[in-house]
Amino acid sequence: MSDGNQPPANLKVVGTRPIRPDGVDKVTGRAQFGADFHLPGMLTGRIKRSPHAHARIVKIDVSAAEKLPGVKAIVTGAEFDVGAGGDIEAGEHAAAMKDVADNCLANGKVFYKGHAVAAVAATSPEIAAEAVDLIEVAYEVLPHVVDVDAAMAPGAPVLHEDMFTKGVMPKPAKASNVAQKHVMGRGDVAGAFAAADVVVEGRYTTAAVHQGYIEPHACVAAWGADGQSTIWCSSQGQFLVRAMTARILNLPLSDIKVIPAEIGGGFGGKTTVYLEPVALALSRKCGRPVKLVMSREEVFLASGPTSGSSMDIRLAATKDGKLTAAEMTLRYQAGAFAGSPVNLGCMTAFACYDVEHLALVGYDVVSNRPKVAAYRAPGAPMAAFAVECAIDDLARKLNIDPIDLRIRNAVKDGAKTVYGATVRHSAFVETLEAVKAHPHYKAKLGPGQARGVAAGFWFNIGGESSAAVHVDEDGGATVVSSNPDIGGSRASMAMMAAETLGLPIERVRCTVADTTSIGFSGSTGGSRVTFATGMAVVEAAQKVVADLKRRAAQTWECDVAHVDWKDGVATCLDPSKDVKPLSLKALAGKSARTGGPIAAEVSLNAQGAAAGYGVHVCDLEIDPETGRTTILRYTAAQDVGRAIHPAYVEGQLQGGAAQGVGWALNEEYVYNAKGLLDNASFLDYRMPVASDLPMIDTILVEAKPNPRHPYGAKGVGEVPIVPSLAAVANAVSAIVGRRMTSLPLSPAKVLAATRAS
Amino acid sequence: MSRKVVNATVNGEPVEFLAGGGQSLLDALRDELRLTGSKEGCGTGDCGACSVIVDGRLVCACLMLAPEAEGKRIETIEGLADNGHLHPLQHQFLEHAALQCGFCTPGLLMASKALLDRNPDPTETEVRYWLAGNICRCTGYDKVVRAVMDAAADLRQEKPR
Repeated sequence: MSDGNQPPANLKVVGTRPIRPDGVDKVTGRAQFGADFHLPGMLTGRIKRSPHAHARIVKIDVSAAEKLPGVKAIVTGAEFDVGAGGDIEAGEHAAAMKDVADNCLANGKVFYKGHAVAAVAATSPEIAAEAVDLIEVAYEVLPHVVDVDAAMAPGAPVLHEDMFTKGVMPKPAKASNVAQKHVMGRGDVAGAFAAADVVVEGRYTTAAVHQGYIEPHACVAAWGADGQSTIWCSSQGQFLVRAMTARILNLPLSDIKVIPAEIGGGFGGKTTVYLEPVALALSRKCGRPVKLVMSREEVFLASGPTSGSSMDIRLAATKDGKLTAAEMTLRYQAGAFAGSPVNLGCMTAFACYDVEHLALVGYDVVSNRPKVAAYRAPGAPMAAFAVECAIDDLARKLNIDPIDLRIRNAVKDGAKTVYGATVRHSAFVETLEAVKAHPHYKAKLGPGQARGVAAGFWFNIGGESSAAVHVDEDGGATVVSSNPDIGGSRASMAMMAAETLGLPIERVRCTVADTTSIGFSGSTGGSRVTFATGMAVVEAAQKVVADLKRRAAQTWECDVAHVDWKDGVATCLDPSKDVKPLSLKALAGKSARTGGPIAAEVSLNAQGAAAGYGVHVCDLEIDPETGRTTILRYTAAQDVGRAIHPAYVEGQLQGGAAQGVGWALNEEYVYNAKGLLDNASFLDYRMPVASDLPMIDTILVEAKPNPRHPYGAKGVGEVPIVPSLAAVANAVSAIVGRRMTSLPLSPAKVLAATRAS
Repeated sequence: MSRKVVNATVNGEPVEFLAGGGQSLLDALRDELRLTGSKEGCGTGDCGACSVIVDGRLVCACLMLAPEAEGKRIETIEGLADNGHLHPLQHQFLEHAALQCGFCTPGLLMASKALLDRNPDPTETEVRYWLAGNICRCTGYDKVVRAVMDAAADLRQEKPR
């Protein structure tokens, strides 16, 4: 496909704001989420979890639990048969299946408080809870480490005796907690620093934070006597759940059907499995359906937060503000198993800027914390926090407006990224200029108030997707999507189909299919669904239109080249034919006489997901008595290609910004001296509530529609969390009067810094 | 384990169900009455996804014991629409795209109804503080607050005071 196609103009549906097709279900309580399923004979499952940060399992004694009336099955990690393991592609990362299995049920060692050790299925929640208490686990408690820098230090307790740092030559002689070292860069960094007019540097840390979806993980698994199983679950990918569960239990994919429930938030955290293989193993053992639902405490303890980090950064620039070189070391917590997104942190750190000389080193470091999972633009927000704070320092040092400094250094099309890609269809400069022209950026600040600015980047991905479009006999259409709808994607799928077919949006419905009812698709993640699955929807709709034109030509006995399709109506262009136009409805009504049902399914591997750029502006003030920060005004601007449903695009920007504000100000995993998580509840893990935030203004920059998508869409979901940490921190630092380098900027920390400066 | 017969009114209809002594109202609604519109996000009264109205008061159903529902009048999300006609709050949530995943939405709607039942003309600040017990992780609250304000205006037009 060439890059030269401009998306069509004069659109009737794309760009409007219709009510989402699943909207009424979701405002009336009818929508079925993971925990809402009920089957006859269903048992309640419950998981026994480690009370220790790090321990060897000496013995698991289930004999007393087994004898409890009502207990139907007990499983441990011994039920799993992952064999040699291997990786499964999970969207933005590859999942090492041995680790995923060991994380679902421990294998010999527990690596964090809350690590699953055994599971029971019983006839009531009360019996299941009692049975879990009756399971006796003998542990040999081991020394623990939770801090990323401490985990890298010589003499730190080593979690995995077989972990020898990858990416280092020669292979290290001793095992360590550093799973992998990533190195990337270009140019002559030392030379550029030596020649620099100005250098800024800093050491930054961020705390581990949780995705914080409100729906806890939940599933129902039902094993059939013929070996065929069904799983109902809330996840970001029914095909991923199927693949992982099949691998962990050594089953063929065709024997597992996964039916996607509505998903109550994911943000990346539901791109893996915790419960499904356990529930299916329990069901296999007793022959009855088993429901497993996490409590909120279990979600915090045992499902993936994202990495806490420690980073060192140096920037070199000329006195007129041209960035010449940067070097950065990033150390990311992976949790109990390898796989932090530190490589993505390295790749994205300077993706907004055209910097000739770059040196980046990333360390993926395990420690006694839950295994990290993807979280909205995984790895990028922490790196951007350090980079955007350093750029803010540079702007202050050079007395240049922070937007002007960024415009001066912004990447433009044709630039090469440090990871080798060429920048295309980027509207970063336009986004910066849109912010500069916005009334917010020109508004006067009150006394004691400050304004922070920051930018951010995310790749966005495409990949494998499938979709089908069925024309109904009465002239409506059904779209079958392969991706769980996490934030309104049914609406954008239906809109793109309606636009292509020429139907009003009310005549198009969209459903999300199970693994047996549509071709394979990658997960709902990487900001890919509107782009990649949307492309499959449009191509399927185009096939339907081609078929409709063929049927019209057949009816009129004319050449199909003489059939025009517009606004859902076929018109004959052959002047020799005196025929009336045929509507989609008319053609649908007589489909049996023109070749049978009208439908098309498309499976594709979408390429050309253009990257997105965001720029955020945040005004805030700090209560000098308490150190509490109040956000006064917030504006998020983003290069979105073209917004299919602008209201849901705005929602992504607003929601991402809100999550970033929480990350910046309050959210953190708090550990005690025993290495145990101390704040596994929404009361103590403080996410933003309505009274913490102002309205969040948005600017959708549509200067560069993505020519690789039929309607110009770019991914939009992940970019908006990336700039927000530094946008907040830059304003806080301005008020405090010194650079605040450690997130979260909790009231206590801000108060102490204010008093010190 | 002994279970008690509980008689209550749910969404205007008399119901009878069996409740264990330690069972929450939320579990009774979801597991005994199969009214799964009320959600459990935390089980500790922090997220508000299980918000219901009991005798006119907004409560977290996860914090109330099911046997305490005896004789009470309970409103849940399943009763918010009137014979298939959406409540102005539901309508405005859809118009404003005030939901993304939709999991917190039933709780937000019930909490908003409880607000508008007692304060038909709330300020933005009043809406934000009233809804501070309902966590939404998707929307950043902007569209939620706008939807509640517009629904309040719709209701004032319906019932001029």
